[in-house]
Amino acid sequence: MQRKSFLKICAMPLLAAASGLYGAMPAMAQAPVEVSFYYPVAVGGPIAKTIDGFAEGFMKENPGIKVSPIYAGTYQETIVKALTAHKSGTPPVTSVLLSTDMFTLIDEDAVVPIDNFVKTPEDKAWMDSFYPAFMQNSRTGGKTWGIPFQRSTVVMYWNKDAFKEAGLDPDKAPATWAELKAAATRLTKKDADGKVSQWGVQIPASGFPYWLFQTLTTPNGAILANEAGTAVKFDDPKVIEALQFWVDLGKAGVHPPGVVEWGTTPKDFFEKKAAIIYTTTGNLTNIRKNAGFPFGVGMIPGNTRKGSPTGGGNFYIFKKSTPEQQQAAFKFIKWITQPERAATWSMDTGYVAVSPAAYDTPALKKYGAEFPPALVARDQLPVSVAEFSTHENQRVTKALNDGLQAALTGTKTPAQAMKDAQQEADRILRAYK
Amino acid sequence: MKQRSVHAWLMLLPAMLLLVAFTHWPAVSTFIDSFHSTPRGARPSVWVGLENYQVMTQDPVFWKAVRNNLIFAAATIPASIGLALAMALWVNERMAGRAFLRMAYFTPTVLPMIAVANIWLFFYTPQYGLLERFTGMLGLPAHNWLGSPSTALGAVTAVAIWKEAGFFMIFYLAALQSLNPSLREAAAIEGASRGYFFRRVLWPLLMPTTLFVLINACINAFRMVDHLFVLTRGGPDNASILLLYHLYEVGFSFWDTAYASAITVVLVLVLAAIALFQFFVLDRRVHYK
Repeated sequence: MQRKSFLKICAMPLLAAASGLYGAMPAMAQAPVEVSFYYPVAVGGPIAKTIDGFAEGFMKENPGIKVSPIYAGTYQETIVKALTAHKSGTPPVTSVLLSTDMFTLIDEDAVVPIDNFVKTPEDKAWMDSFYPAFMQNSRTGGKTWGIPFQRSTVVMYWNKDAFKEAGLDPDKAPATWAELKAAATRLTKKDADGKVSQWGVQIPASGFPYWLFQTLTTPNGAILANEAGTAVKFDDPKVIEALQFWVDLGKAGVHPPGVVEWGTTPKDFFEKKAAIIYTTTGNLTNIRKNAGFPFGVGMIPGNTRKGSPTGGGNFYIFKKSTPEQQQAAFKFIKWITQPERAATWSMDTGYVAVSPAAYDTPALKKYGAEFPPALVARDQLPVSVAEFSTHENQRVTKALNDGLQAALTGTKTPAQAMKDAQQEADRILRAYK
Repeated sequence: MKQRSVHAWLMLLPAMLLLVAFTHWPAVSTFIDSFHSTPRGARPSVWVGLENYQVMTQDPVFWKAVRNNLIFAAATIPASIGLALAMALWVNERMAGRAFLRMAYFTPTVLPMIAVANIWLFFYTPQYGLLERFTGMLGLPAHNWLGSPSTALGAVTAVAIWKEAGFFMIFYLAALQSLNPSLREAAAIEGASRGYFFRRVLWPLLMPTTLFVLINACINAFRMVDHLFVLTRGGPDNASILLLYHLYEVGFSFWDTAYASAITVVLVLVLAAIALFQFFVLDRRVHYK
């Protein structure tokens, strides 16, 4: 009796599993493949509407696939949600996350390489259709882990009225460090008490100073991290020199002292408290709407070369989903990054379109002709570099950020700050050597 | 008798289930996790004993956060309680526009912290921020309040005090309203001054409220970090970092969940110790009616 009931208990799950399988198999053939898709919103505008429109358009063309876009907050909130879901076993099938999260996602064994799905020559051509600058953040160890989608870069905005007032050519932006410093000096205005009423140039340093710092290190010919994401070069003399330039702008009294807030920088520009600002292309629409004066958008001034970091988010495909779901997600990603849709996305949001083909579409060509500043980011892409990213990314980034802020607030010299940051980064990355 | 206890347990069950599932079990599992390494992809977590706690003792940012948090607590607790009491005493008086004043004082509590922080961000903005306009009129030099290490912590502390005082005021106001008016009349007949009346009558009678508010203020001093996300993100160079913010960074930016568990355990122990001290030691000295 006892034995019998024991056997019965043992058999039950087996039976249940068998009947479940039996029940599931015919259902699978008919039911659409579900693709859950997390996306963050980091810029203003009705992005949710655009995304929902894309999903609907895709499902109309692919009735066998059901894409459910899920708005997941900021980039940080989205990765927290996606990784927590991954750890509990049910991650989204695909998600847009920061391109710099690549190493974190690989270390957590959360994503699969996109190469797994590339089978036809057409797929291959699609993979090669993106700007190489964006792919730098999407590849490591010979594999592609992310597909560029909502990408941006840092550019310079200048107030043309202020240029005129200072006797500078309003249509010619400073193109080198020397020109930048000279222009900033002339643009800095002081009132009767000697208080500054308008700063010449302003580079924000709150939150993610490392990204803005790359607009100085790149022109100085320094690359902060290696491609494998296992080593950094913070104490490179070129890096220290770049930081020294930033600190010296403050010392010369043409850049606000201390750490400049990222969030208020566009407002400082509208209020004419800063004549030149460095900020993301994502602010273009905001500045276009709110600046009460003619402004210019230009490439980041160079020193030994030109250059700026890229930024923004990539598509990733999560490991813990079924092969059918992954295949469906791949199809969706391929569909959404086609030139026409990349062009729509760029015009709706202000993000940089991810492929040269997108800029050749009639819609974006027309937009660019009407509003040339929208093309500056594109023109800067050939000299752009990857956004700083390593293994243990946010920890290493924090070491660098702390060092930058220490130097900018004057608690450490640039050389000391970068030496300390290097030491801390080496300690964090020792396991990856 | 037995049936009654079954009945009691059944009544407790719904709340108990929620507490166990969302408070007690996570606390216990956090405690266990703090003795293991962080699982990373293919590498499962293993027993590491006290290593996470050793890392903590050597983590300069952790100590900076502890120091900042103590300063933050030492400033916010007395200041918000004192301010709350003063505001409550004032709006308890009979005067025109009393309801409006009460509402005005309570408004900060109603507003979400993130919204509040975004407003304060512009108060603190150099040059054209509200604070700068004010100091500018007085002829003081311009200052970057959130962007310099010497003032960043003070700036985020001020926001916390502003936010908390209105909330605590409500408790004091409720307590003041429930006091017997004959006490004031008796004191007036006896010729007691207002200060004397406050010191010898009101303050002792408000003690239970003060204890309650004090416990809340202590806990909030370690819990309120929402505004940091908007105002300073702990910067510049960790000048305004607080424990819970550091904990969030370690847990959800660095994904070092084991180390984050260890910090959580320490934080919970400290808060539990404060609460127990208040319940068992201070509580005895409080005069209840």
